[in-house]
Amino acid sequence: MTLKPILTADEASANMADIQLPMRQMEARVEANRCLYCFDAPCIHACPTGIDVPAFIRKIASGNEIGAAKTILEANILGASCARICPTKVLCEGACVLHDRDEKPIEIGRLQRHATDFINDRGIHVLKPPAKTNGKKVAVVGSGPAGLGCAAELAQLGYAVTIFEKSKLPGGLNTYGIAFYKLKPQLSLDEAELVKDLGVEIRCGVEIGRDITGAELQRDFQAVFLGLGLGNGNQLGLPGENLPEVLDALDFIEQIHTDPLHEIHVGHHVVVIGGGNTAVDAATQSVRLGAKRVTMVYRRGESQMSAYEFEYEKAKHDSVHFQFDSMPIGVVDVQGHVAGIRLARTRMTADGKLEMIPGSEFTQECDMILKAVGQEKRIEMVRKIFPDLAVADNGVVARDPLTGATNIAHIFVGGDCANGGREVVNAVGEGKKAAHGIHTFLAGEYATLPTQPSRVGVDGGATGCGLHNPIRAHELEEQWRANRATKNGGTSRG
Amino acid sequence: MADLSVNFAGIRSPNPFWVASGPPSNTAYQTHRAFEAGWGGLVWKTIGTPIVNVSSRYSALDIGGQRMVGFNNIELISDRSPEVNFREIAEVKKRWPHHAVIASLMCESREQWHDFVRRSMDAGADGIELNYGCPHGMCERGMGSAVGQQPLVAERITSWVMEVAKIPVIVKLTPNITDITAAARAAKRAGANAISLINTINSITNVNLDTFTSEPAVRGMSSHGGYCGPAVKPIALNMVQSCAADPDVRMPISGIGGISNWRDAAEFMAFGAGTVQVCTAIMHHGFRIVDDMIEGLNAYLDEKKMRRIDDLCGRAVANVTTWENLDLNFRQVARINHDTCIGCNLCYIACEDGAHQCIDLLHPDSLGLDLGPGRVAHKHVPKVREDDCVGCNLCTLVCPVDQCIKMVEVPTGKPPMTWSDYQAKVASGEMKPIPPHH
Ligand SMILES: Cc1cc2nc3c(=O)[nH]c(=O)nc-3n(C[C@H](O)[C@H](O)[C@H](O)COP(=O)(O)OP(=O)(O)OC[C@H]3O[C@@H](n4cnc5c(N)ncnc54)[C@H](O)[C@@H]3O)c2cc1C
Ligand SMILES: Cc1cc2nc3c(=O)[nH]c(=O)nc-3n(C[C@H](O)[C@H](O)[C@H](O)COP(=O)(O)O)c2cc1C
Ligand code: SF4
Ligand code: SF4
Ligand code: SF4
Repeated sequence: MTLKPILTADEASANMADIQLPMRQMEARVEANRCLYCFDAPCIHACPTGIDVPAFIRKIASGNEIGAAKTILEANILGASCARICPTKVLCEGACVLHDRDEKPIEIGRLQRHATDFINDRGIHVLKPPAKTNGKKVAVVGSGPAGLGCAAELAQLGYAVTIFEKSKLPGGLNTYGIAFYKLKPQLSLDEAELVKDLGVEIRCGVEIGRDITGAELQRDFQAVFLGLGLGNGNQLGLPGENLPEVLDALDFIEQIHTDPLHEIHVGHHVVVIGGGNTAVDAATQSVRLGAKRVTMVYRRGESQMSAYEFEYEKAKHDSVHFQFDSMPIGVVDVQGHVAGIRLARTRMTADGKLEMIPGSEFTQECDMILKAVGQEKRIEMVRKIFPDLAVADNGVVARDPLTGATNIAHIFVGGDCANGGREVVNAVGEGKKAAHGIHTFLAGEYATLPTQPSRVGVDGGATGCGLHNPIRAHELEEQWRANRATKNGGTSRG
Repeated sequence: MADLSVNFAGIRSPNPFWVASGPPSNTAYQTHRAFEAGWGGLVWKTIGTPIVNVSSRYSALDIGGQRMVGFNNIELISDRSPEVNFREIAEVKKRWPHHAVIASLMCESREQWHDFVRRSMDAGADGIELNYGCPHGMCERGMGSAVGQQPLVAERITSWVMEVAKIPVIVKLTPNITDITAAARAAKRAGANAISLINTINSITNVNLDTFTSEPAVRGMSSHGGYCGPAVKPIALNMVQSCAADPDVRMPISGIGGISNWRDAAEFMAFGAGTVQVCTAIMHHGFRIVDDMIEGLNAYLDEKKMRRIDDLCGRAVANVTTWENLDLNFRQVARINHDTCIGCNLCYIACEDGAHQCIDLLHPDSLGLDLGPGRVAHKHVPKVREDDCVGCNLCTLVCPVDQCIKMVEVPTGKPPMTWSDYQAKVASGEMKPIPPHH
């Protein structure tokens, strides 16, 4: 059976409304007043763009929302998107000291949204292009979060920046890929405008390697930043994978961002293959577009899912079903359409490999299959643009994580194509770091990163900036617990 | 259970918690509600020649989202007629014979004082409070704090009252005076039975930055008001202690100013207050707050094995002395407990920028601390350099975790030496002057 839209326009847009609500004025003041205004605060360390969180929160508390927004956007040009889509529980909010006073952490994400909404709602511009430009030209390939982060920083340092983007619209996955109930594409487009306001030129519909060669770029620009992101979704390699109802989850999600919601074709019984955050997004958005039953099929167990705990909870909240320790082995094809999926149970062998349990095959009925088993690395594209660029074993462009420098002196890199796929905020942070790398390379100046002034200085410990070495609170916490458990025979304050 | 009943200068009440003269003590209706809620006594809203009030009348100081940390009013004494007030006092006394009802009075002449004192007695009031404290509106008419600020005038008026009063007389003191004990002594000389303090402090709470008027605003203008509420407690405690410690005063004290709970009340009592009065906290939360005040004070007295209010009264007075009697050879330093520290570094920045630069941020490994406190493992940890710590106490005050930083005594091995001792020793050549801090 061919797929059709299920919900009316009103139903679909109600289901896809923002799940994280804005704060009311009073709510924001009360929350801002709870913040302790820590010095060299852990929440700053946990932010990959190094936003001075206590500074902007204090400004909200005093009624200086414009100043708050400025503090945010100076550190992170995508501060408005990040306020909505960052996994704050494992970043800033996960690091908040209030956890250790057995209190709820500060709602940093929602406060950040409050401040950025304040200026956006009123059309206030807080960033200005620099008074003087230095005449040096830098090309940025890709207008995703990494490219925008890099371009905004370079523009503010006085460079003439041109972004080349192969898609029709700028923003990368921030425009096409984030769950619709978290972020509406318009906000991402507005942020690209913000970058343009700083004097950056964005040329959409131009693919480097096809329309313009890498050699031409090197000729016309003094440095190049690559923020290519990742490629298409990986294939399953299954018989029946080419049936019309078998979709790459990314393509399905992209449609949600380009077509009217009530025109999106969705199955009644959807199976999503994968256990990561993209799989969760595909599942929850299927539910919100009217699918009756959505099942996530993951080849390992619940504890090995790569989706964040809170994303898993969100899927459960949306009544998504889970089929763990199972892998797809074929698609049930009835007259050229999907009628189900053939699955088999899996188990771990003694040497830690995953294997299919013979004779465990079964059929799960469904009329749509979404594949979310990771994205391809952009090795081919990179080879085509800059054949000499060194690529690491895992398929990402090799670089110095602090400066984004590659093996070619004037080429820098950041974001998903360099880190293998993380979050928007990591991409912005890496773009920003690369901008400073480029500045060091072209101007011979090391830009001072924002730090909270301290007698002991950076080496002494008070860095005040997550840019140097962003941490991820949940990872560190695990490490912390493990260490406590082994050393003390138990946690003293879990 | 301790016995909370008091006999305050001859006025009996089931407990020491009185409603202060003000909006909550305006009418018989409110008095019934107060006594039903558990208040032991009430000082009636000041009675005098009826006045006319403006609107609005109040403004407040909010801090960090906390409402009414301080409260300001430009209201005058009762706007009801003396007849109604005295009639209602009589009604209340009939229904609540064992509760204390005190008539607060403010008059313009000797005749009027005599008249009002008599009418208070006729109404059955248990005592009289003389309002010399109102800092606004009334003093322009030669009453209120205009009287309270001049001990000799206050003394003369008080003696007029004493000529006819057959019930205890309490003089309410204004804090808008340089030396509060001068006013207290004047009351004593005139033969008053007790003092109560403090009334409100001259204040302006704010300027509206859009209209450039202060608040409360009355058609674009404001006026100096009277300040009270939690923020004035330290000022009130200072004055109550000063009166309690003055050998020339030695009379019962009713403590007022910023009292919101049993702890505040107990502190005033430790400084010698036999009863306490509350206004702002009631205006904020209603009469119901007295429930916790009674319960909490009871529990505290039981815990300290005190059987009545008298056992607590005045216990802390002698522990306040003048600065030159403090021991210069007593030394404390701050010590941080890294097991409860949450890693906010507020102590660090406070000492760094606001005190003596003697907290270091050190790598937890160097302190043998494993991963260190806080959410971010390996993040640097505050540690006091005890040799340089002057023991000022700032860090313990800013630390958001109770008891995380403690001041610990470091024995100096030297005998106690006060500033006075030190001066004497230097003068006699017994010791050299202590070199100034570098
Ligand atoms: C389904 C999904 C959901 C996600 N949800 C979240 C979330 O909720 N929160 C979060 O923080 N992160 C989320 N992420 C991750 C986040 O989107 C990425 O980490 C981030 O977008 C990476 O930014 P980037 O700039 O490196 O790459 P991209 O966003 O992929 O941008 C790369 C850009 O480069 C362009 N480009 C590529 N090659 C060329 C070329 N040769 N010439 C010109 N242009 C080119 C592309 O068209 C694209 O616009 C999600 C990712 C996915 C897939
Ligand atoms: C609105 C208002 C009106 C007051 N009116 C009187 C009054 O008429 N007579 C009086 O003696 N004190 C008056 N006071 C002062 C209070 O009795 C009390 O002394 C002062 O408010 C300090 O106590 P608090 O901090 O508990 O409010 C008034 C206070 C307020 C806030
Ligand atoms: S850690 Fe928490 S309390 Fe401290 S500054 Fe950050 S948000 Fe505020
Ligand atoms: S007591 Fe004062 S001097 Fe000592 S560490 Fe604390 S703030 Fe610094
Ligand atoms: S103020 Fe207290 S909790 Fe914060 S770092 Fe210092 S000792 Fe730790």
